[in-house]
Formats: sequence, C-alpha cells, structure tokens
Amino acid sequence: MIWDEKHECMERGELEALQLERLQATVAKVYEKVPFYRKRLDKAGVAPGDIKSLADLARLPFTSKDNLRENYPLGLLTVPQAEVLEIHGSSGTTGKPVIMAYTKQDIDTWSEVMARTLAGAGAEPGDVVQNAYGYGLFTGGLGAHYGSLRLGAMVIPTSGGNSKRQVMMIQDLSSRAICCTPSYFLALAEVAEEAGVDFRSTNLRIAILGAEPWSDSMRREIEKKSGVTAIDIYGLTEIIGPGVASECAEQDGLHINEDHFLPEIINPETGEVLGDGETGELVITTITKEATPVLRFRTRDICSITHEACACGRTLVRMSRVAGRTDDMLIIRGVNVFPSQIESVLVGIEGAEPHYQIVIRREKALDDMEVQVEVSEKLFSDEIRGLETLEAKIRDELHSVLGLRVRVKLVEPRTIQRSMGKAKRVIDMREQ
Amino acid sequence: MQVPQISVFLENKTGRMADVTEILAQNDINIIALSVADTSEFGILRLIVNKPEEAYKMLKAAGFTAMTNFVIAVEVADEPGGLAKILRLLSDAVLNVEYMYAFVEPSTGRAALIFRFEKETEAVRTLQAGGIAILQKIDVFKD
Repeated sequence: MIWDEKHECMERGELEALQLERLQATVAKVYEKVPFYRKRLDKAGVAPGDIKSLADLARLPFTSKDNLRENYPLGLLTVPQAEVLEIHGSSGTTGKPVIMAYTKQDIDTWSEVMARTLAGAGAEPGDVVQNAYGYGLFTGGLGAHYGSLRLGAMVIPTSGGNSKRQVMMIQDLSSRAICCTPSYFLALAEVAEEAGVDFRSTNLRIAILGAEPWSDSMRREIEKKSGVTAIDIYGLTEIIGPGVASECAEQDGLHINEDHFLPEIINPETGEVLGDGETGELVITTITKEATPVLRFRTRDICSITHEACACGRTLVRMSRVAGRTDDMLIIRGVNVFPSQIESVLVGIEGAEPHYQIVIRREKALDDMEVQVEVSEKLFSDEIRGLETLEAKIRDELHSVLGLRVRVKLVEPRTIQRSMGKAKRVIDMREQ
Repeated sequence: MQVPQISVFLENKTGRMADVTEILAQNDINIIALSVADTSEFGILRLIVNKPEEAYKMLKAAGFTAMTNFVIAVEVADEPGGLAKILRLLSDAVLNVEYMYAFVEPSTGRAALIFRFEKETEAVRTLQAGGIAILQKIDVFKD
C-alpha cells in the first residue's frame, strides 16, 4: 500500500519544483535564525537568494556531526525553545551526544514518513505492530511508534529486550509486523525456536528492520527461518530518525522521502557530487524540518542512488543498501560506537594511552562486544580483587559512556596484534 | 621482616605457567614458594624466589606484566592446630587476610606461611603479641 500517493508518486518536474521551493525556504530560515549557518554560508559566499535551482545545493557548505556536537545542546534551533515538543539524541565520539529537536510539525512529518515506511513494508491500518526498537533518546522506538499511530495500527510498545515476552506478545496479540534491528530479530527467532514456537504458525508476516548494517544474505536467512518479509529501513537522528528511506515490496533499494530529505552522493575525499549509480557518501539536506534543519549533512554512510523507475509505482529516488562507513564508527545492537570513546574511558582510568582491542562477534544472532585491555604494570595488582575491581570499573564506565553493556577482558601485554607500530583496534567477526 | 614476592599476570592459556618457569630456569632462579589465584579468564602467579630482582627483570623483559611487593612470612608449629591458632589471633583482632600460601622454609625444613594482610602493621603486631614468630629472613636470600 502506498500511504501518500500524491508525494510518493509525484511526477519528477513537480517534485523538483516542490523541493526547490522548500530548499529555498530552509536556507533562508537557517540564514536568518542560526548564527552557525549564517557564518558558514557567508564564508562560502552564498546568500539565500543565490539558490535558484536544485543544482545550487552543491554550493552550500557541508555540515558534519562534529558541527552539530559543537552546538550542543540546542545551538541550532530555528524556533523558540517553547515550540520544541521533543528531543532525541545520538551518541558520538565524545561524551556529549548530538541533540536534535522536534516541533509539532516535525513530529507530524516524522509520523507521515514512518507511516509511509510501514505501509511500504506491507503493514495496514488495523494491523498489530510490535515495536521492539528501544524507546528513549534513540529515535527508533518513538519513530516507529508515531508511524504506527499515523497508520492506524495498534502498536505494542515492547521496546527492546525481554525476548520471551516479545515472543509471547507475537503469539497472544497476533502481531503482524515487528520493528527492530535485524540482529535482534534473529535473536528473537532463536528464542522462539527454543520455546517451540514457529513464527509461521503465528500472524507475524512483516519484519521492519534497521538501525544497523545488514546484508541480503542475512535477509534471506531471516525470511527463510521465519517466513516473514524482511524490509530494510534507513534513518538517522540528525535528519529525523527512521523514516528517511525504506524499501517497498520490491526489496530493491530504499525509497528516500525526498520531498522532505534531499539526497546527494559525494566523493568523501573531494566533496564532488557523484551521479546515479556511483558509490560514495550519502549527504542529506532536510527541507521541511522546523526545529533543527540541517544543510548537507555528511552521513558517513556509503551507498549509491538511482532515479530509475521502481515497479511499485513510487517515483521517489532509491538508495542502495548501506555498504559501509567512511569513519570507524561501529554499530553494536543498533548503538553507535566509536573506538575513540573506548580509548577515552581507558585513558581516564589508566592515565596513559592503553593497548586495547575490540572484538565483535555475533552470538546467538546478537552482537557481542568484548573490549580486551592489556594489563600494564600500572594496572596490575597482586590481588584478584584488585583486578576484578579494575575490570568492573572499565565495564561500568564503558556502559555509561557507550550506553551499551560490553564485556571486558584483561589480557597479557602484547596479546593485541600490532601492525606497522599501530594496533589493529577492531576485529569484527560478524558476517555482514 | 618482609619478604619480596613477584606477582605475574597470566591469561588462562595453555603453556603460560610453563613459559614463566622456563624463564626462571634459564636464569638459574629457584622457586621457593608459589601460589596461583585465578578467575575463569585470568590468573595471578605469585612467587617467592631466591633472586627476586633478577626474576622480575627477566620476566619483564620477556613481556610479562609483573610486580614486586613485600609479604610477611610466618613460621607455623608443625602440629595439629598450628595454623588455626594463627588465624584465630587474626580473626579475634578483626584483621583480614588478603591471601596466604604455605611452603617449607629451606634452611630449617619447617612449615611456613606467606601472608598478605589488608592492615599489615597491625597484623604483624598482633601475631607477635600472640607469640608467633615472624621469619626475619629466608636463608636462600643470602646468595
């Protein structure tokens, strides 16, 4: 089902006219309201009146995640704070998250694009949607929640975790769709299997999966195992959250809701804009966001886009599955993790640059992250209790910085591979 | 009198104890007493050796995380209740033992104990007041 045929199937010329009008309004607004953008635009020699066609988008300066963080917490607001109804945040390389704000209209936009996502995945008004994305600062939970409400589905806000209860709800409340990360879906399928529950014998038919990179082979595994249609969705807090792009039943690329979010693919080294089918970094400009619009946000996600017609009838441009990242960000159970965050915790404990290594495995379909720390003489103790205290301290501090429980393992010096004098920090053993 | 003890960090991996003892053997270092404390993931090997400074240097050079600290050596009467008496004295004074291990004092051939106390000064005072002999030296350190 196509939720908003008018916009999702809009003729290209009409869509571009709408995009240009919205882009011009956005540039004019941030120039007027946000000193950060005004400074950047002045420096780039672009005035709001210079945006005469969509091609002029390329003249605007990029915005990085660091730029957003530098304006923590609410330095990029274009509206009085009293008009902000909700905030969300994402973690970054330092302790400070990036905070994005939502007005009433932003929540409305978010509800709409998520309703499109759910409908595109095959969910319908009256369906039961089990929302196993985490509710909180993370956008996954509330994004899927608002979308379900807008669609007219009954939402079960289970949030993440408590897998046995999730399986019970799927059975007892006849959930037809579930929203969660792909790895968590596999974990649920295993818990169900152990309990002797076959998802095929339940009402569950649609899995709306995102917030972490996954592959087509994983999709095939999920679909074969559970008899669901597994749909890839894409989004990020800096733009709005989930709802930026999502697959239709064709499962052949994710339609970007480009009447709200203008996509570009650039060469991450030179910043040059690339054409259809060329792989590069996805850059997004919000053109309807009210509270915190973002110009040319560097997502760091690597993909390509195509304007080829899709069999589903939507005219919205499609992006390929995200193939990787331009930085060293890891996504563990849907949470962004930067190795430098781990480093900062260890530096804080040891007071010197530690040798550590991150090993990521997928155990029972769940991401498992182990931080191996070499025990230096400074950290060593002749008492087990001393080392256990150290281990717990590292674990607790990592938990508070990353918002994620990880395992800590103390290892002997020189256990960790060093190449060219530089340690290999991340060993990712997950199959993509 | 405090006795120097070498502690070595070991992962629970095959052959690590063999590696440590071989390094000591190659350097003609004799082990007088040892204990291993371990969890499922790692262990601490504690050693009393005849040449502690050299042992520490060699282990460090071989890439081990090692440290030297001082522990208390106590002679135990070789009769039923010998150890119990010592532990009761400590317990009555509410003094904790962090860890302990037994060995045979080389020069006398008598039973002895290595203690690590939370409150060392008080513990030593308590033992002495209770008539327990703190070993002033272990003969092997002479050479």
